[in-house]
Amino acid sequence: MPAEPNFPALELKNFYFSYPGPDAFSLQLPDFQLAVGQHLFIRGVSGSGKTTLLNLLSGIHAISRGEISIHGQLFQPQTAARRDLIRARDIGVVFQQLNLIGYLSVLDNVLLAAEFAGHSSDSKRPRAQMLLSALGLEENLWQQQAVQLSVGQQQRVAIARALLNEPALLIADEPTSALDADNRDAFIRLMLNEADRCGTTVLFVSHDTALAHYFHWQLQMDALAAGVRPLSQNINGTEGAVCC
Amino acid sequence: MLLTLARQSLWHRRGTVLMTLLSLTISIALLLGIDHLRLEAKRSFTSTVSGTDLIVGARSGQLNLLLYSVFRLGNATNNISYQHYQQLASHPQVAWAIPMALGDSHRGFRVIGTNGDYFRYFRYGQQQQLAFAQGQAFAGVYQVVLGAAVAEKLGYQLGAQIILSHGVGAVSFTQHKDQPFSVVGILAPTGTPVDQSVHVSLESIEAIHLGWQGGTPRLGKTPKLSEEQLKKLQPKVLTAFMLGLKSKVATFAIQRQINEFKAEPLTAILPGAALAELWQMLAMVENMLLLVTLLVLIAALIGMVTTLLAAMKERQREMAILRAVGARPWQLFWLIELEVLCISLGSMVSAILLLCAGLAAARPVLSSQYGLVISWLPWHNHSAILLAAFMTLALLLGAIPSYLTYRQSLAQGLQVRL
Repeated sequence: MPAEPNFPALELKNFYFSYPGPDAFSLQLPDFQLAVGQHLFIRGVSGSGKTTLLNLLSGIHAISRGEISIHGQLFQPQTAARRDLIRARDIGVVFQQLNLIGYLSVLDNVLLAAEFAGHSSDSKRPRAQMLLSALGLEENLWQQQAVQLSVGQQQRVAIARALLNEPALLIADEPTSALDADNRDAFIRLMLNEADRCGTTVLFVSHDTALAHYFHWQLQMDALAAGVRPLSQNINGTEGAVCC
Repeated sequence: MLLTLARQSLWHRRGTVLMTLLSLTISIALLLGIDHLRLEAKRSFTSTVSGTDLIVGARSGQLNLLLYSVFRLGNATNNISYQHYQQLASHPQVAWAIPMALGDSHRGFRVIGTNGDYFRYFRYGQQQQLAFAQGQAFAGVYQVVLGAAVAEKLGYQLGAQIILSHGVGAVSFTQHKDQPFSVVGILAPTGTPVDQSVHVSLESIEAIHLGWQGGTPRLGKTPKLSEEQLKKLQPKVLTAFMLGLKSKVATFAIQRQINEFKAEPLTAILPGAALAELWQMLAMVENMLLLVTLLVLIAALIGMVTTLLAAMKERQREMAILRAVGARPWQLFWLIELEVLCISLGSMVSAILLLCAGLAAARPVLSSQYGLVISWLPWHNHSAILLAAFMTLALLLGAIPSYLTYRQSLAQGLQVRL
């Protein structure tokens, strides 16, 4: 993936989504851009539409109107099959907790991402091993079943899996909610460091405002509609800054 | 990868999967087993007699004649004259004739009075001739040739002395005690009623009934006959006889001639046609059995689908994770179908192994107790079709949880709830 600063990793134009029904929840983002390598923190209370936004950005749901592009490549509107393929190759997702397939080994969990992106497991094995090592998971753990790991170790496996295909975009959905403060901070640092090494843009969603200072940008869900263009900012100098 | 996922997922849930596999194994084994027994019984049934063009007996229905002459079941309505038998046997179109005199037994096994032509011309299966496992055919009076099952079950060897009883019941109050028979031959197994028969000469039947009036024994001992008298014994009546014709084309003409025989009311039947009619009567039972087995199989398949559906609830998170890492909905559909395929294939293999083992173990008992010689390999031409139909049905039913997973994965997206 290109890692040129100020190149839009994620771009939304006239983005609009609404669930069916007259009084259904809707989301509207007229203009939204996120540059390559930027880390954005989105906070919002339960029911504010965080998960809906993530489903739309990852292409699980189709938007009602507008466009989403990833690295200049049109992601929505596209056919479901095309969206699935782009998601497998260009988007990594980290869940809240227990986000691994429990009966698979640590290594197989990571290599899942390669398989669904159309790569062979063998070609991605060295990178999976490198990521696991870099994230502090020793070799003797790689063949263990994921359920046998601690929560902290599982979170690291989840990051390795999300970054395996060097995605343009990493989406994290409250991945620290089950961790104590020390582990939470360690996790965030680890994730962002690895994302920086891969040149991956991070979109982190949480209700925990204590994490906001790790990110270049933070946004309120209800402020998204105002339009965000962090591209115009110098990302190195705005860490922890609050937009809007 | 999907196969690895399916395999590991099944292993992870091995407790419930094993129970599902077990119930399917039993159902498939039942299906294949009943089908195998049905076909083997039919094969055994239709191979009971072969190469015989006509069976002739006293006037009666064709099934009755077939049952008592070939299967040794039931009784003849009347005897037929030996003189008329000789007359018909000497018909220019007749190649050979086998006379049969029934009505006696030995410890529940039917005695058949016949002559040497029985061992020479009688055919079963694929035109197979009777063979002797030990000894030879009887050459005189008071000599007996045993069917394989009789010798095995009663533990007789060559030279053993046996007593025949009047009547065909397992227990008889009239025994020909003063005229013991000596075992001179034991036939090789045939898998037909021949194995359950005791063969003596027609003269022997005449000898043990000497002086009998209207089926009732004379008072006192049957007189001991001299060698000279024994040689002069002539059969007077028969129960039935089999005919082999020189030309098959003449079969219907000869049949008509016999059925219209003026001197005595006779019935001539075509064994093939009579066997087909008899089998058709049994087909209803056979179809009922098959239907019950199919219902058992469907119940087991529904059980499998229920297990998978129940597991879907637990696997909601797993499916969402797979979606998040890039699995397409159709891949999740095929993941579940692969699991169904693995369970079905496993059930099929274990069912075949179970059935082979069961048949191999039951074979000696079926052969000695019921005279049913069946193959231990439950595989026939259409077995593959049966299994393919099962697999198709399994995959079709498996499509229900697969489709629900597909729909669910689309609707729920990345959202994971507990």
